[in-house]
Amino acid sequence: MSFLKLENLSKRYGDFTAVENLDLTVEKGEFVSLLGPSGCGKTTTLQMIAGFVEASAGRILLNGRDITNEKPNRRGLGIVFQSYALFPHMTVADNVKFGLEMRKVGAAESAERVKQALALVHLDKFGHRYPRELSGGQRQRVALARALVIQPPILLLDEPMSNLDAKLREEMQIELREIQRKVGTTTIMVTHDQSEALSMSDRVVVMEAGHAVQVGKPLETYENPVNAFVSQFVGKANLLPGTVEWVRDDTAGVRVGNHVLEVQGTALAVGEQTTLCIRPEKIECCTEAEEQLGGVVASSFFLGNQWLYRFETDCGDILVILKNNGQTSCQPGQRVSLRWPTSAMRAVEPAPESASLRSAHV
Amino acid sequence: MSDRAASSLKPKRSLPYLLTAPATLLFVTMVLVPLLLTALLALNSYDDSVGIKSTYDLHNYLAIFGDDYYLRIFWRTFWIAGLTTLICVIVGAPEAYVLSRMSRKWRAFFLIVILAPLLVSVVVRAFGWSMLLSADGLINHALQALGMAPVKMLYTSGAIVVALVHVMLPFMVIPVWTALQRLDPTVEHAALSLNASQATVLRRILLPQVAPGVLSGSLIVFGLSASAFAIPGLLGGRRLKMVATTVYDEFLGSLNWPLGASIAIVLLVANLIIMMTYNRILERRYSKTLG
Repeated sequence: MSFLKLENLSKRYGDFTAVENLDLTVEKGEFVSLLGPSGCGKTTTLQMIAGFVEASAGRILLNGRDITNEKPNRRGLGIVFQSYALFPHMTVADNVKFGLEMRKVGAAESAERVKQALALVHLDKFGHRYPRELSGGQRQRVALARALVIQPPILLLDEPMSNLDAKLREEMQIELREIQRKVGTTTIMVTHDQSEALSMSDRVVVMEAGHAVQVGKPLETYENPVNAFVSQFVGKANLLPGTVEWVRDDTAGVRVGNHVLEVQGTALAVGEQTTLCIRPEKIECCTEAEEQLGGVVASSFFLGNQWLYRFETDCGDILVILKNNGQTSCQPGQRVSLRWPTSAMRAVEPAPESASLRSAHV
Repeated sequence: MSDRAASSLKPKRSLPYLLTAPATLLFVTMVLVPLLLTALLALNSYDDSVGIKSTYDLHNYLAIFGDDYYLRIFWRTFWIAGLTTLICVIVGAPEAYVLSRMSRKWRAFFLIVILAPLLVSVVVRAFGWSMLLSADGLINHALQALGMAPVKMLYTSGAIVVALVHVMLPFMVIPVWTALQRLDPTVEHAALSLNASQATVLRRILLPQVAPGVLSGSLIVFGLSASAFAIPGLLGGRRLKMVATTVYDEFLGSLNWPLGASIAIVLLVANLIIMMTYNRILERRYSKTLG
């Protein structure tokens, strides 16, 4: 049986639906990320699990127990807030101890557990400090220690890295994942950062406009996005709208501009409108003889370990990511030949009208 | 060109002094000089037939500290101010908390309700209270209509405290509310998620964080109450004196300016000592943690 179960969970504010009929099951020890743009309902979902927002409909089951209407201070979940929400008037050790005090844990045991929790986040020597004497990364660790020390059944992380700078964020992602593996606490993280979700989670829930659009393992979600929204939100993608011209077994030829591009493993019918999707790193430069598509360099961006090119082709603009092999880039205006393995091409559902409108506003 | 631009952009050393000169001038002429004159005046002596004599000694102070009459007035002043402060904390802090929890629309409305009394003169408000509290005032009429005996309310220290609380409450609500505004609301959520009850959140999380606001509110309320003049003058009557009304009487009744001046100086010093001690004790506790 699943450890945490969300059944038909919905939240409505007047006419606005923040979360609609969300179903999700989380296994014990699993690390699940809720990923989506702002306003997709991911934070509302987390708040409903935490109990700070009341669900309009549906049920939340924790280990078989219905906690939908339970008060937040009865649920016993560990939460790390975006702002860390440390108690500014208490020392680090008192912050961590607070949850144990509320549970009436004896002094000796509580002191030992605080010590262990602070050691877990490498802050053993900071127990006597006050939060304002700590850096952002250290505050975040205190928040984590405070949430974990009560040994909660579930750890909820609300955009835990969003206030850290890029380098620290990467370090904390690795560390947080290691701590989570070591402690084994079932974890749900809300994030709008796709690379964070992909690198840390066992499973990713991509949310859009209050719905869970795709639930799956990070690699699976990245390789097989269900629609154009997911393909663009999780990683970069070239989207090529076209019409199916022929179908042979499970391979279809889709006319995009004046080219017919092949796509495998679909159930498309001749004449159908579809959108092809290919990741920029799956495309490579080649000799003219092997060329599948020709293009002209429109712009190039140097990203250190790789180049990001925009090519103008007959099928529209195409983004390509190439490894930096130590040589200068193709010059703008230069003609290049492109190819890709047919298996890298996907056909996806076009983004719903509402979704494209929403992303235009974001 | 660029050199000249740079040098003109660089502030001159005298600029800060020039900018603060008007305020300094105002402060010196309007506060320091009168204060100094009052302090000097307090050292003079007074004779019924001659008037003020330019002697310089401490006999006025000795007279104040040696006379039970004045000590009782000081004691009354400070307990009334202390009680007013206490009531303002008890009423004002929860009021600020409720205010901070209101929706934006209602909050704006109630802020005006709280602040509006400040727009009415203290004298007018004191008269309002005396109309309510007097022997044939509204309250006593109501009591009599209910068949109860009239109660003496006007010219009691109770009347002074009630009116002072009414006047001082905004000075408590505003600093506490400001302190509450600065709090991160998720801190409360964090405490709740750690199994704290609502009462514990209030006591262990909110109260310590708004303590600096309560502290500054009490300092303002105490200082203003201890030196209040209009309310004790109008609601305390001729016999129930506070320090400020006594000073007034010495100056304009007995014409003993030196004695009046020395009472004023004692009030000033006593007020300063009480407020600084209070501030020291509490601020030391909180400045370390809350900065």
